[in-house]
Amino acid sequence: MGTGENLLERVQASLGAQALETGMAHGILVLQITAESLVPVAGRLKQEFGFDLFLDVTATDWPQRRPRFDVVYHFYSARDFVRVRLKTQVEETDPTVDTLVPLYGSARYMERECHEMYGIRFRGNDDLRPLLLYEGFVGHPLRKDYPKQREQPLVPYRDVKP
Amino acid sequence: MSLPPLTTLPNPIRPAFTKGLTPGSVIVNIGPSHPATHGTIQIVAEISGERVVRTDVHCGYLHRGFEKECESHTWHTLIPYVDRLNYCSALINDFAYCEAVEKLMGIELTPRCRHLRTLLAEYSRIADHLTCVAAALMEMGAMTAFLYLVTIRDYVYEHIADLTGARVTHSYGRIGGLARDLPDGWLQRLEEILDQMDTFVDRVHGLVDRNRIFIDRMRDVGVIATAEAINWGFTGPILRSTGTPRDLRKDTPYLSYGELEFEIPVGIKGDNYDRYYVRMREIDESKHMIRQLIDMLQPGPISVDDRRCTLPEKQAVYTEIEALIYHFKLIMDGIQVPAGETYSAHEGANGELGFYLVSVGGGVPWKVHCRSPSFVHMGGVHRMLDGYQLADLVPTFGSVNMIGGECDR
Repeated sequence: MGTGENLLERVQASLGAQALETGMAHGILVLQITAESLVPVAGRLKQEFGFDLFLDVTATDWPQRRPRFDVVYHFYSARDFVRVRLKTQVEETDPTVDTLVPLYGSARYMERECHEMYGIRFRGNDDLRPLLLYEGFVGHPLRKDYPKQREQPLVPYRDVKP
Repeated sequence: MSLPPLTTLPNPIRPAFTKGLTPGSVIVNIGPSHPATHGTIQIVAEISGERVVRTDVHCGYLHRGFEKECESHTWHTLIPYVDRLNYCSALINDFAYCEAVEKLMGIELTPRCRHLRTLLAEYSRIADHLTCVAAALMEMGAMTAFLYLVTIRDYVYEHIADLTGARVTHSYGRIGGLARDLPDGWLQRLEEILDQMDTFVDRVHGLVDRNRIFIDRMRDVGVIATAEAINWGFTGPILRSTGTPRDLRKDTPYLSYGELEFEIPVGIKGDNYDRYYVRMREIDESKHMIRQLIDMLQPGPISVDDRRCTLPEKQAVYTEIEALIYHFKLIMDGIQVPAGETYSAHEGANGELGFYLVSVGGGVPWKVHCRSPSFVHMGGVHRMLDGYQLADLVPTFGSVNMIGGECDR
């Protein structure tokens, strides 16, 4: 674990200037960054520090807050066994971040999911078709203002007479 | 009652391509309900003769709003949903989720709970690998091997049912501990099953390992290189089959894995045969770990003595007002998890199973996100399908072991 912790310290020292806020949370280095610096920071994480595995992208909805959404990324270094979390805030009126597809193939699918669930647009990802949902689904179900009970049946309900 | 004509139903997907790249190629649709694609997965493939030119993989037919549903349950009452992610190894999901919540609350498990969770996680991993290998073999026509493996898997399921009360979806994890301790004689039966497993797994090795038909179908099919696998986010047995020994149990030891002696089996070139062999060898390693854990298990409490999360003794609930109130508050309001966020990952049977939790304090999670290995694998599986024969699609897909429950959530 020693090398991993050293690595996180080096990342923090080196990328801290590009971050709005840094800190450790439960063993994971958290960098709060602006949407503009997302691709440069992710690129340096991959090329300089060996974070080769793109684990996950998701979003968090804070309806009372401006900007409303956090877009949350997790990276893992398969060489040093440590994780980094990048967080960036986007506005509800323009929930756009740049895609990470040029850096990681796996971003393609995960960004698709985040797009349909939260309506985050990933600029540069040319395949944001619905994935877990279906064509024509209206709204973004993981946003807090999407009612859990809303029904959008793809196949119309049958009219069954007693 | 009359059904609308089929043609009026909208198509749930929009394929990435509708025209072939090469003259004479054909677009075929496979699934989502097809006997050879175990799990509800839809593959739109362009084929030229028997060769697959490119594929467009669609999942989501088993989507049931897991993450949305979690946001209106207490931290404890969503455990049954967590079970239904990877239903072949539900206990691993339970423990991964519980550990994430325990991280937020700063809870340290009792040694017996830690060992027992490790033991059960390995036991579940065996069941998962048995399922995967059995199904993949059956799809190639190896019915005998399938029956051998599923027989032993059924012993495992029945045995876990003796402990948890359910064969498949156990809901056995509790935040800060486990639902109940082992019943009498459970460990003796465990050793019997492990011995029988040796016999059955050996028979399968004998049937298929050097079988010409098996090798022809598996060797050099669905090949993926390490760099490619990492680029597409592959973890677990698929990544290890490419020859790189990445395993969270070794790299970032959690539960009791730091105290165990085990090896990480790796493959040579990342083809179907390697994935089969890595899984078979992992069954051996899991058995080895379980035998060590049986020796390590000492009597003791299975849940932490912490009123923030553990229910008081039932007897005390009936006789003491304080215990009654704790019981009431824990059930009605749920356990109170301090505000914060965490990402916690376990080595699931298929790869990195992570839970990203966001709490704003209180009894209900703000967000529960599951990083499921199967879902990420579906994003890159086309790299293993394109360029091979159409018939190879079935064993390759079987060796990826896509589990609809965790993929579609």
